[in-house]
Amino acid sequence: MIKVILPELGEGIEKATVSYWYYQEGQRVNKDEDLVELVTDKATFNLPSPCTGILSQIIYKEGETVNVGEVLALIEEEE
Amino acid sequence: MLNSLKLNCQIFDLGRVDFSYACDFQKEIFYKVKNHLIDSALILSEFDPVITLGRLSKEEEIKVPAQELQKRKIKIIPTDRAGKTTYHGPGQLVVYFIFDLNFFQKDLYNFLRWLEKLGISFLGKFGILATFKAGFRGVWVEDKKIISIGIAVKSWITYHGMSINVKEEVLDNFSLIYPCGMDIEMTSIESILKKDIPFFKAKEVFLSCFKEEVGDD
Repeated sequence: MIKVILPELGEGIEKATVSYWYYQEGQRVNKDEDLVELVTDKATFNLPSPCTGILSQIIYKEGETVNVGEVLALIEEEE
Repeated sequence: MLNSLKLNCQIFDLGRVDFSYACDFQKEIFYKVKNHLIDSALILSEFDPVITLGRLSKEEEIKVPAQELQKRKIKIIPTDRAGKTTYHGPGQLVVYFIFDLNFFQKDLYNFLRWLEKLGISFLGKFGILATFKAGFRGVWVEDKKIISIGIAVKSWITYHGMSINVKEEVLDNFSLIYPCGMDIEMTSIESILKKDIPFFKAKEVFLSCFKEEVGDD
C-alpha cells in the first residue's frame, strides 16, 4: 500500500485544508495525475498521485485540515 | 535567493479582456510550461468588471443582491485560486505568473513572499512606500490594501497571481464586497499619488521592475 503524504510546501506552511478529491475510494488513479486539491491561505495546491493503482482509503475528507508529513490517503499500487 | 534568478520568461499582454478569456489563455500557457515548451510566462491583462470567488470564498462576502450586480454588469465567477472574494475591473493591472516552482526550490511560501517583494519594488518606482502586513497576504500602504495575491499550483507550476489597483476608478466597486473576506479599505496608485497615472505607464514600469527581479536583460 502506498501512502499519499502531504509534502513540505515551503517554510512557514505547516498545514493545509483538503478542498477537493478528484477521485473517490475504489477508483483507479494514474501516476502524476491530480489526486487532491489542498488550500492554504493564499495558494491552492494540487497533489499528484504518487503511483498508479486503486485509491483504497481517503483519510482526510474535504474540509479537513492536514499537517505536513501526515498521510492523506492510501493507494493499492498496481504492478 | 531569487534576485539572482535567471528565467527565460515569455511575456503576454492581453489588453482589456473578459476574465474567462484570460483564464482560457492562462490554461493554454500553463500546459506549455508543464510540457517544457517554455520555461515560464507572465500574462498581463485588465478585466471587464467581475467578482471572482476563491476556494475559500463565502456567500456573505458579497454585500449586495445579485440584481444590483446585474445592473452594474458585474459577473460573479468561481475560480480555482486560493483566497476569498475579490473584484477585478478597468484600471486594475492583473498579472498571472506561470512559473515552475522547481526554480524556486519548490517553496510556495518563498514564492508568495517573492511576489509581495516584487509588488513592493514596483510601487517603490512610483515613490510609494508599501509593505507586507504581518498575518496577511498582499501588499499594503499603511492599513489599506493595494495589491491582492492569490495563486494556484499544479505539478509545481503556478498560475493566477496578483492584481494591482492602478486607477482610482477601480476602487468604487470594491464597496460591493468584503475584499478577501475582510472589512478593509482598498487603495490605488492614483489615490495615493493624487495624479493621473496612464495605465500603459504602469505596465511599462511593472515589466521593467519584473525584468530587474528575474535578471532578464
